[in-house]
Amino acid sequence: MTTSETRTLSAPVHVGFDYTRSVGPVLGEFFSGLRDGRLVAGRLADGSVVLPPPEFDPTTHAQVTDFVDVGPAGTVQSWTWVPEPVPGQPFDHPFAFALILLDGATAPFLHALDVPRDQLEVGMRVGVRWAAERTGSITDIEAFVPEDAASAPLALAEGTVDPVTGIITPVNLDYVYAASPEESAFFRALEEGRIIGQRCPTCHKVYTPPRGACPVDGVPTTDEVELAHTGTVTTFCIVNVPFLGQKITPPYVSAYVLLDGADIAFLHLILGVDAAEVRMGMRVRAVWRPEEEWGTTVENISHFEPTGEPDAEFDTYKQHL
Amino acid sequence: MRNVAVVGFAQRQMKEFDGSPTMVELLVPLFAELYEQTGFTRKDIGFWCSGSSDYLAGRSFSFVSAVDAIGALPPVNESHVEMDAAWALYEAWLKIQTGEIDTALVYGFGKSSAGTLRRTLALQLDPYTMTPLWPDTVSLAGLQARLGLEAGLWDEKAMAEVALRSLSDAERNEYAVRSGGSSIDDLLARPLYADPLRKHDCAPVTDGAAAIILAADDRASDASETPAWITGFAHNIDPLHLGARDLTRAPSAAAAGSAAGVEGVEVAELHAPFSHQELILREELGLGANVKINPSGGALTSNPMFSAGLIRIGEAAAAISRGDAGRTLGHATAGPLLQQNLVCVMEGAH
Repeated sequence: MTTSETRTLSAPVHVGFDYTRSVGPVLGEFFSGLRDGRLVAGRLADGSVVLPPPEFDPTTHAQVTDFVDVGPAGTVQSWTWVPEPVPGQPFDHPFAFALILLDGATAPFLHALDVPRDQLEVGMRVGVRWAAERTGSITDIEAFVPEDAASAPLALAEGTVDPVTGIITPVNLDYVYAASPEESAFFRALEEGRIIGQRCPTCHKVYTPPRGACPVDGVPTTDEVELAHTGTVTTFCIVNVPFLGQKITPPYVSAYVLLDGADIAFLHLILGVDAAEVRMGMRVRAVWRPEEEWGTTVENISHFEPTGEPDAEFDTYKQHL
Repeated sequence: MRNVAVVGFAQRQMKEFDGSPTMVELLVPLFAELYEQTGFTRKDIGFWCSGSSDYLAGRSFSFVSAVDAIGALPPVNESHVEMDAAWALYEAWLKIQTGEIDTALVYGFGKSSAGTLRRTLALQLDPYTMTPLWPDTVSLAGLQARLGLEAGLWDEKAMAEVALRSLSDAERNEYAVRSGGSSIDDLLARPLYADPLRKHDCAPVTDGAAAIILAADDRASDASETPAWITGFAHNIDPLHLGARDLTRAPSAAAAGSAAGVEGVEVAELHAPFSHQELILREELGLGANVKINPSGGALTSNPMFSAGLIRIGEAAAAISRGDAGRTLGHATAGPLLQQNLVCVMEGAH
């Protein structure tokens, strides 16, 4: 996390997921075509020829079943310069996107154009530059290039005949994630070895971590409250299942701890005790990592461990379950 | 049909919001402003509806966290759309029409600056044949602009005129993140960015939130001395497949305008994130030269995702409340290249 002139803490966050999708009968024709080095369009009821083929005819609403090869060359209908490409685009240097009307099609097709800016013009003739390896995806077309620079697709490896039934599309997004001012105060306090909460001026409940509004009254929480490092286990679960990124060997206990002085429990780990011994009402204390390892993170607290005090009465925490 | 009016409107727009993407800390004061305007408390609100997107926030269920700003105990009647909050307003208006409720608070929020907005929005395209190329919002708009330029539907000067008027009007809007009129010559002398677009042809990345209170019949008259009564409300959608429609047109805007009844409108707040898109919308909605367009400065000067459309309706309602006009129009768009359009027509004295 970075502490800047701003009132909040922020950190980069990466969100990534590979989407696996079946393509269905219509796009299956299109993607199988690309894999084979062909541009397969759909012929619609009104006679129009559209690439990629729409799954359903916009006029009759019937599934599109009439397929026709178009191209491989066409005419640029529109282009735009991309001066600052973003990750994932066909090129990482400035390039053009274009709407291309392929020979035999009646509607334009969107793809990249690898043509120097000073040679771009509407009406120019272009053809496909195929990717070295074709898998049945939109990126099997590397880009469109001037027609005389286009080349025939390379033959497929021996025995590649099965229709394309699915595609995998990786999606990766990068964010700078900011904590709210209240959350930022909480993390900054942790860096000093303190746990803070904030009180709702209406219902007087103490929230930790503090939040932008009391979820009961919808008003900003105000007075800062320093909380004890001891508390009560309200409820817990024993983690027996291994998962990606797990840092502790199961079995271990994940628990809601109601810190003394707080009105809302917060989630942490219970270690230093046999998982089978953890129980509701157990009194626990925070175990901090060495001070030199502290940052603006809840990981400054390594875990909670039993204090050895008698268990808290059920009535003292039952409204927090 | 029940008579329903906009009785409160509050907004915040900024270049970069220094806070969490759930924007709770921004929504709380907005709601407080609405209670102040209407005399309502949160207990007077029969329905809550929001518009936002987790893709913008980079976290799941961001709208659930935003519910903290309401104070949702005892539980409230609440809904959410993953669209501009103008569509949340439509849902609330419809719910009032059913007679189930008399009042609604609608809000939208979005921290566009948390990610790369023009890239994130590629995720609203066809996931098979378009998203893998990551065609960004600005590039798509550039393709659309050139189609119109080539067809002689508009020229660079007409686009610059839209930008100039927007930047000049924005000088009077405290929330605009971009403002300052110069001249057509000055704008056309500026460098091309996404040829054929210059930077002033494109909406700035904006963070913000907005909220509106709707009320029916007597509840509206009690809450406001100058309610903006909704006389027409409609939204339509065109195909997502960009090859399936003429990109220089927006048939769904024409359909929504015709259903909502735009004749006689004196002020139109059009949600056009690109200068040429205002030209398309004016044409599709049949707005003549006598209609005042975007006195707020419009989306070219401030375009907070998921609330910019709601803000257009709020601004159009405010024009009535101020007494600047008797009949106004608020428009919202969503999806790529004016794919989805919503039109809300309002009147003063009823």
